[in-house]
Amino acid sequence: MSIVFDTSTPDTSEAETVIPKIELRGIMMDYDDNRVLERLSLSVDAGSFCTIVGASGCGKSTFLRLLLSQEVPTHGRILLDGEPLPPEPTPDRGIVFQRYSVFPHLTVEENLILASEFETGGFTGRLFGQSRLDARDAVAQTLEKIGLAAAKDRFPTQLSGGMQQRLAIAQALLKRPKILLLDEPFGALDPGIRVDMHDLLLGLWEEMSMTIFMVTHDISEAFKLGTRMLVFDKVRHDPDNPEAYGATITYDLPLNKNTTDKAPEPSELFASQLRN
Amino acid sequence: MRIINRKLQRREKLFMGATPFIAVLLLYVVASHIRRLDNPADKLLPSLETMGASFWRMAFVADKRSGDLLLWTDTFDSLMRLGVGMGIATTIALVVGIAIGFIPHARSSLAPFVATISLIPPITILPILFIVFGLGEASKIMLIVLGTAPVMVRSIAQVVMDIPREMIIKAETLGASVWQMIWRLVLPQTLPRLITALRLGLVPGWIFLISAEAIASTGGLGYRIFLVRRYLAMDVILPYVFWITLLAFIIDRLLLLLSKRAFPWHHLGGESL
Repeated sequence: MSIVFDTSTPDTSEAETVIPKIELRGIMMDYDDNRVLERLSLSVDAGSFCTIVGASGCGKSTFLRLLLSQEVPTHGRILLDGEPLPPEPTPDRGIVFQRYSVFPHLTVEENLILASEFETGGFTGRLFGQSRLDARDAVAQTLEKIGLAAAKDRFPTQLSGGMQQRLAIAQALLKRPKILLLDEPFGALDPGIRVDMHDLLLGLWEEMSMTIFMVTHDISEAFKLGTRMLVFDKVRHDPDNPEAYGATITYDLPLNKNTTDKAPEPSELFASQLRN
Repeated sequence: MRIINRKLQRREKLFMGATPFIAVLLLYVVASHIRRLDNPADKLLPSLETMGASFWRMAFVADKRSGDLLLWTDTFDSLMRLGVGMGIATTIALVVGIAIGFIPHARSSLAPFVATISLIPPITILPILFIVFGLGEASKIMLIVLGTAPVMVRSIAQVVMDIPREMIIKAETLGASVWQMIWRLVLPQTLPRLITALRLGLVPGWIFLISAEAIASTGGLGYRIFLVRRYLAMDVILPYVFWITLLAFIIDRLLLLLSKRAFPWHHLGGESL
């Protein structure tokens, strides 16, 4: 197809124009003397749904914190659209944590209008009168969609776990981020509710054409949702000094939605598990 | 059933709560009665009637010398000092506490200083305050402020630092500025704890108030107690102590009520004392 429109351009330059959404080059991450990540290089195209699995303590959450700019890598560079990643969290990257994702002192509706209040509410970040009513109208549809319209005046602690995470996802998407980071978002939910959340998330992913990174403990979940599965593990191991080497990406599996492949067993993916 | 799993009914709770009060009152009445058997004019443990009469006189009979109703002028003086002092202390605690808890630069420059100041026993600087501010209201208010504010600052700073980092990051990803985070995230999460800090600060606050009044004053609840001590007037002192305790109790309950009304989300978790 591109040949028809781009006959004048040599083939080499076309390969260069496709800038990956996120690129990591030679990332190493140390906490004091404890090496968490090492030799990590990765390039992710826009629109990917990367699921991240790995044993506990293999740097999955650290990886997410790096993408969020909550932490700065000890060595290496992270590029966003070919530019260096901003040094602090910004609205172009949304986040859903397993806990503490929504604000407990605000009702469901207030949690959702907060983003527009930050945008136009001046230095107090608060809207009054008509502008507040407009903001409430703007989130009415979202409330309906996530099934929280009836619960809009309740506080998060009065909601079930599934409702809280639906609210957290909706809140993370308010600024229409191009990248959504999910840190075990469904870890605390019942299996039945998880399936509903998967459908919600996949729908939003397609609708908003985002790039998603999702950390999960559940390999079948990672297999079901992702277009690409990244497996974090420690390849090198020093029995006398377990903290000496960090984890890296050991498997980078493209997942085809149409295949009926079964999710691999954990023992197939995590070499370090076998050592223990 | 294990005792920790027993649920008490409302009437049981009320009865058990009242028991220690009634026991102490009964003990006093009996002891007072025994002492007055020997000496009907005993001053140490006056009867309830004598105390009631004295309290009535302080509250509703104008003082011969000044023409004031002493209980009310004393109460007004004391509450004024306590209110202004605690108001200043609370404001300092909020502003400095949030700065220390939220802004790394403020934490590095102020936290060690506040921690040191909070270790000075406040009564030891009372003479300095009298010399600098004179014997008027300013020195008494300053004692309350200096005695309570540093500890309140530290507890508020800790409250701010205990706000889960996830929430602050979430606010950043929603595009909040530092001021917006202070107004919409830090302040609302801190205010209910500020009320708790104020309730706890009032305990030493009362001590510093009564101490300052006892040492140099011409009015106030503490002044009165130490004045009538010279005449062994237990019939005035005991009702005054009871009155002060009642005031402290009412203020504490009002603050708890305020917290429950203003921050319902904070009290969803369960019982609060």
